[in-house]
Amino acid sequence: MSFAIRKQGDVCVVDVDGQLIVGNRQELKQKVLDEIERGERRFLVDFSQTGYIDSSGLGVLVSLSKKIREAGGELRLASLNDDLKTLFELTKLDTLFQITNSRETGLASF
Amino acid sequence: MHSLSPANGPDGLPRAGFPIELSFPSDVSLIEHVVGMVREECAQRQLSARVCNLTVPVALTEALSNAIVYGNGEDRLKQVRLSARLDDQALVLEVTDEGPGFDLDACEIDPTTEENLDREDGRGLFLMRSLMDRVERFTNGGNVVRLTLNRQ
Repeated sequence: MSFAIRKQGDVCVVDVDGQLIVGNRQELKQKVLDEIERGERRFLVDFSQTGYIDSSGLGVLVSLSKKIREAGGELRLASLNDDLKTLFELTKLDTLFQITNSRETGLASF
Repeated sequence: MHSLSPANGPDGLPRAGFPIELSFPSDVSLIEHVVGMVREECAQRQLSARVCNLTVPVALTEALSNAIVYGNGEDRLKQVRLSARLDDQALVLEVTDEGPGFDLDACEIDPTTEENLDREDGRGLFLMRSLMDRVERFTNGGNVVRLTLNRQ
C-alpha cells in the first residue's frame, strides 16, 4: 500500500494504492497536511487502485475534507469501485463528498 | 499458537483453509496481513466477490482494530486472537482481546444523521452491523466479538 501525490495543473492528485485503513491512515493525513502547508488547496483522491477502506480511513477523509475547506480549498473523490461506492452509500458519506466516476472528470470539475 | 501463522494440523503441517486460528500482538500494522489470510480463504471457498472485497475485509478490520486499539490499548505484549470458520450455514469470525469488554449498544451512534455525518469517528460498529448479519459480544477467556454472516 502506498500514497502518491502528483500535481496535475493546479490540482494535487492523491493515488491510494492498496488499503486505506487504521494502520496507514496517518501517513495519508500527514502527506496531505504537508501539501496544505505548502499552499496547495485543490485535492482529488483517486481510488482506482484502492482495495478497501475502513472506518478510520473514512474518518481521515472527513478530517482532511474539513481541514482543506477551512484553508479555503476543496477535496474531491474519484474512481470508486462498486464496493467502495456501497461503503460511502451505507455511511451516507456520498452526500458529504463530491464524487466523480473518473480522474479526468474529477480534474475537470474544479 | 504462532504469530501470523495458521495453526498446524495434527500432522504438524500448516493447515490450509478454515478454520483459521491465529494469535498475534496488538499492532495495527498486522491487520492487513491477517485480513488478507481470511479473504484468501473466503475466495478459495467461492464466497462472492462482494463478501471477499467488502463485507469480510471491512467488518473484520473494524473488529481487529477495536480489539487492538481499545481492548488491548495497543500494548504489543497483549495478544489478539482470531478464530474464523465456515460451514454450510455461515461464516463466523471471532476476535478476542484482553480488555474488560464493553457494552455494544452503549457504543453505537448513528453516523449517518446530519449532526454526526462529519464526525471523524463512530463508524466502526455501524459498519460491522451494516455488513454482517449478526454482531455479538461476550466474555470467554477474554472479551470476544463474534461476527456472523449467513450464507443464505
